[in-house]
Amino acid sequence: MSYALRRLTSLLVTLVVASVVVFVVVEVVPGDPASYMLGLNASPDTVQALRTELGLDQTGVARWFDWVSGMLVGDFGVSYTYRTDVASMVVDRIAVSVPLALLALMLAVLIAFPAGLVAASRRGGVADTGVMGFTQIGIAIPNFWFAMLLVLVFSVHLRWFPSGGFPGWEAGLWPALKALTLPAIALALPQAAILARVLRSSLLDTLGEDYIRTARAKGLSSRAALWKHALRNAMIPVLTIVGLQFSFLLAGAIIIENVFYLPGLGRLVFQAITSRDLVVVESVVMLLVFAVVLVTYLVDLAYAWVDPRLRR
Amino acid sequence: MSFRRHTLFWALLAAGVSSAFAARTDVTIGMVLEPPNLDPTGGAAAAIDEVVYANVFEGLTRFGPDGSVLPGLAESWTVSDDGMTYTFALHSGVAFHDGEAFTADDVAFSLDRARADDSTNAQKALFANIDTVEVIDDTTVNIHLLEPSGNLPFNLAWGDAVMVDAASADSLATAPVGTGPFRFERWVQGDRVEIVRNDNYWGEPVALEKASFRFISEPTAAFSAMMAGDVDAFPNFPAPENIPQFEADPRFNAIVGSTEGETILAMNNASPPLDNVLVRRAIAHAIDRSAIIDGAMFGFGTPIGTHFAPHHPDYVDLTEDSAFDPEAAKALLEEAGVEELTLSLKLPPPSYARRGGEIIASQLREVGINTDIENLEWAQWLEQVFKGKDFDLTIVSHTEPMDIGIYARPDYYFQYDNPVFQAIIEKLATETDAADRSTLLNAAQEMIAGDQVNAYLFQLAKTGVASVGLTGLWANSPTQANDLTGVSWEE
Repeated sequence: MSYALRRLTSLLVTLVVASVVVFVVVEVVPGDPASYMLGLNASPDTVQALRTELGLDQTGVARWFDWVSGMLVGDFGVSYTYRTDVASMVVDRIAVSVPLALLALMLAVLIAFPAGLVAASRRGGVADTGVMGFTQIGIAIPNFWFAMLLVLVFSVHLRWFPSGGFPGWEAGLWPALKALTLPAIALALPQAAILARVLRSSLLDTLGEDYIRTARAKGLSSRAALWKHALRNAMIPVLTIVGLQFSFLLAGAIIIENVFYLPGLGRLVFQAITSRDLVVVESVVMLLVFAVVLVTYLVDLAYAWVDPRLRR
Repeated sequence: MSFRRHTLFWALLAAGVSSAFAARTDVTIGMVLEPPNLDPTGGAAAAIDEVVYANVFEGLTRFGPDGSVLPGLAESWTVSDDGMTYTFALHSGVAFHDGEAFTADDVAFSLDRARADDSTNAQKALFANIDTVEVIDDTTVNIHLLEPSGNLPFNLAWGDAVMVDAASADSLATAPVGTGPFRFERWVQGDRVEIVRNDNYWGEPVALEKASFRFISEPTAAFSAMMAGDVDAFPNFPAPENIPQFEADPRFNAIVGSTEGETILAMNNASPPLDNVLVRRAIAHAIDRSAIIDGAMFGFGTPIGTHFAPHHPDYVDLTEDSAFDPEAAKALLEEAGVEELTLSLKLPPPSYARRGGEIIASQLREVGINTDIENLEWAQWLEQVFKGKDFDLTIVSHTEPMDIGIYARPDYYFQYDNPVFQAIIEKLATETDAADRSTLLNAAQEMIAGDQVNAYLFQLAKTGVASVGLTGLWANSPTQANDLTGVSWEE
């Protein structure tokens, strides 16, 4: 339990430090949201009026305090450009980004585990060479290019899936899943390739350990040794990668979101940076920091579960 | 190839089958940028008007597809003999989408709101000449001016001058309520805005029952969305290089027209040596407009020689005065005594600027001028170039209609300060006689071309694409709008 508490403290410290860093970095970027919104013909008075309306004429410290104290009670502020609650905007975007990330991660795991296990258990064989070759290609292909290829085949020619956009979950489960299928595949492929390689090499490392040799000497079949002993011990690096991948898929899907014009978190941040919608940038980045920290925490707990030595 | 022909056959067959029943009454329009909000009276973003102008909101007057000023919520208007008072006769029986009646009180409210001290209207200058708005009765309103002006009906046609209701004015950004033939239905942020037919519309009912605007910023994604049939039309297609491909495809029509966007190489007139007209003229002569139009815009665009739209009846073609002539450019530089010139060239994100900038840089190098290219985001550009005036050269398209008046603002970013020109614009504001206005406009165009304030490149083209059968979209864009009132599917 003390292990879990220790990790929790470091989680909180990380969040506070991150809030300061995020705020400072975003605030020092040049560019004024008010003049962006009003364009080339606006008079300076109008820009000043809008700055006052948006609260931009307050000092940085006052705005940081407003922001953090608001977040603590769940108030993320109001977007400068959209004029709506950041919280409700973020909730809408999460409804796309989280399912997409989960779907992609699930696909990646479903592809990577069998591939990694087969490759490790038949080291040097045809299957191993095949898996290694395919994963090499999977890592080398840029996912946006793969995404465009998917669109060309499955949307433009076959018309099985829409070329992009998101109808919303209220349009029904199937249309929504259909809209996320191609993006999830495009995101999953490179992740699956990485995961398969990590799993393979991690398994090969553990398979060379003394306790595996002992287990085999006791008469366990190579398959049983792999399943019962090697896999569990090979999980730590794999879990680390899965945790990193989830964070990456949540925040880093921006290019895929652009190719499929999906209303996800990545595109929200991208648009907000362009229009200097600082409140949105700060809040979403903070949220992503929180997600990453939380996932890391969960992965830490999972380590303890697979490796009892860490529970002390 | 046979694979493609095959799908095409089925697509055509499917299209034939569906059209045999009834014409479609819904449309999906693609747009590059998502509007930040839906209040045309509270922001400059073109995307706002591209969704709501003429569809959801209406003004007293409106722009027609050719840029002419037509009656809107005002049936007609008269001007007093001294040019100081306009009397607008409003349509009766008009209601806002929330059921509130539209009357002269709403006109007073809307205009007073737009010109108030704390107003955040991006085009407040449109209302600067209004003294008072006087309500005579429910359908009559007098607008008293500070100085006589012929511009009022034109100014009131802008999206920034639309009529709003006091009850809904504060929430227009997310829940727009207007008087237009379409009602706002919903906005899935990041994805689309949906509008539906307003069955209580006061005017001619529209053919479409439903329209949605989808936001697709990636040119390749826009291309696939058209090809996959997910979007019916893309009035401002982001990649002009794809237009010939659409033209060759029997499923699509290319719609190429012109915009109000004068694309210029702006020069900092206050910063030496660009304060010297000889240097500015040298730069203008060094530029080959056709190479830029071909190279940056794939042939779409009309060369201009001054800051004025070529399709306007008062346009004067002055392109010959600054024709491509590198020898003349070198001679002018020598006359100015300038050698070893290095200028900053700051480029905002649009492709006309980024691609055009590379071409201009190489053309300037031919006459011995070096440039330091710096690519900026819009927010940086506004900060450094537009507000900070920290630049030598920049490329930008000025998309507001009839905006030659910006040259009368000495603190405007290119910093042209000529009292004679300012007098012309001042006179123009109060001149109501059409012939005299023409003369003044001609003089203004010639003066900024003669002073070579900026190098004038080309009028930005509107390159759009639509599915075959969809009619009534604007070919030109006299204002930034996707007016769907005349759009329908052919049976």
